[in-house]
Amino acid sequence: MDTPESSLTSHPFFQGLTPRHLSIIGECASRVNFQAGQFLFREQEEAAQFYLINHGQVAVEIFRPRRGPITIQTLGEGQALGWLWFDKPYHWHYDARAVQLTRATALEVKSLMHICEQDHELGYALMKRYGHMLAVQFRVITLQMADMYG
Amino acid sequence: MPNPAADPLLPVPFRVSKVGRETADTFTLTLEGTAGDQGFLFAPGQFNMLYAFGIGESPISISGDPERPETLVHTVRAVGPVTKAICGLKKGEVLGVRGPFGAPWPVAAAAGQDVLVIAGGLGLAPLRPAVYHLLSRRRDYGNLELIYGARTPEDLLYYKELESWRGRFDFRVHVTVDAARGEWRGSVGVVPHLIAHARFDPVNTLAMVCGPGVMMRFTVQELLAHGLKTENIYLSMERNMKCGLGLCGHCQLGPFFVCKDGPVFPYDRIKDWFLTREV
Ligand SMILES: Cc1cc2nc3c(=O)[nH]c(=O)nc-3n(C[C@H](O)[C@H](O)[C@H](O)COP(=O)(O)OP(=O)(O)OC[C@H]3O[C@@H](n4cnc5c(N)ncnc54)[C@H](O)[C@@H]3O)c2cc1C
Ligand code: FES
Repeated sequence: MDTPESSLTSHPFFQGLTPRHLSIIGECASRVNFQAGQFLFREQEEAAQFYLINHGQVAVEIFRPRRGPITIQTLGEGQALGWLWFDKPYHWHYDARAVQLTRATALEVKSLMHICEQDHELGYALMKRYGHMLAVQFRVITLQMADMYG
Repeated sequence: MPNPAADPLLPVPFRVSKVGRETADTFTLTLEGTAGDQGFLFAPGQFNMLYAFGIGESPISISGDPERPETLVHTVRAVGPVTKAICGLKKGEVLGVRGPFGAPWPVAAAAGQDVLVIAGGLGLAPLRPAVYHLLSRRRDYGNLELIYGARTPEDLLYYKELESWRGRFDFRVHVTVDAARGEWRGSVGVVPHLIAHARFDPVNTLAMVCGPGVMMRFTVQELLAHGLKTENIYLSMERNMKCGLGLCGHCQLGPFFVCKDGPVFPYDRIKDWFLTREV
């Protein structure tokens, strides 16, 4: 059955997590769909949810007054969106918009943080994944900044 | 059929038969021999020394189809005096050609394996002949994947051709840009990161990589992290050149001359020099 928990199990972000931990996280997960062009979130909004993309593609954009949006990254199936939810002020710094019909699993940030505080073993397992995601993001962004095709 | 130059130091005149604009500063020139019927035989990955009369000579990779020797195709980015002069040539004008020179992509050695063709920016030009070859003998290879990155969608070479390659069932094409405005519905990210999305069996995969140094360095790291063998990663190197024949030493890379021993090298052969900043 296609439950939030089953979509967590199949997502690479949670690969290797124990069934017990998956079921705890499943409690704060829900399935969400976005039509092409629909925003998942916008800059300055509260980072209330963290997304795991199951299908589709999402553009991370910066809006520039008078010049419109510029896409700085796209994320697709198997990737996680939203690396700012764990840092104050818990606001998005970018816009995220579905490029095509996108199915994702949304995780409630507040519940997730609460779970991490309650269960440090699960918190550490989650932080390892979060740390890896940050490291990948960091590598991608530094390469983009290096203008490597110049 | 032999190529026109009996003396490899003597440029042979070729006439520009077509000029196509790829990007704001990059043009693809189709050339035809002025001496008549000869075709221009070359192997994918080889380059010519192109001579803009009265200005100078530059090494430029051949970017056309090796199975169509009746025309000679080069894609040139205008960065300095020689390349600006070449890009400024009009249909009917003439330039000098010496070549072909250098070691080609290992398209024969890749038979029976999955092949990753990985290009950044102008690096797709020297790889395009390899793609033509791989596609014309498609049954000889396993999975075929092209990963190509550029600064923006406007900087992508061979846009129409990329679209048609993408339409094939037997060739997976991944294109990414650093940043995009407006209507771009493709990927935004970096080439090394896309390797994770390609389908290949690491122990039976050969990778051909061409692009600026930074891009190649990070791509190699990623390929190694995915389990490719160092001897199965091939890179095309760039150095300033004069003779193109292994005579003058201008293009030295450690113990190698890029013009003669390269420009295509297996990574395991050059890795000590590839990562050394001073050479
Ligand atoms: C084996 C080989 C294959 C090549 N294939 C191609 C090709 O298919 N198409 C092509 O356009 N070029 C190619 N090049 C690069 C080309 O040879 C140089 O861009 C050219 O020689 C520059 O000459 P120039 O007189 O126009 O500029 P120069 O006066 O030599 O240089 C002008 C400025 O451009 C910079 N520059 C020089 N080379 C490059 C470069 N490669 N990229 C960015 N900036 C550069 C210089 O640092 C300088 O600031 C190849 C080089 C090699 C070694
Ligand atoms: S260019 Fe003269 S030895 Fe290579």
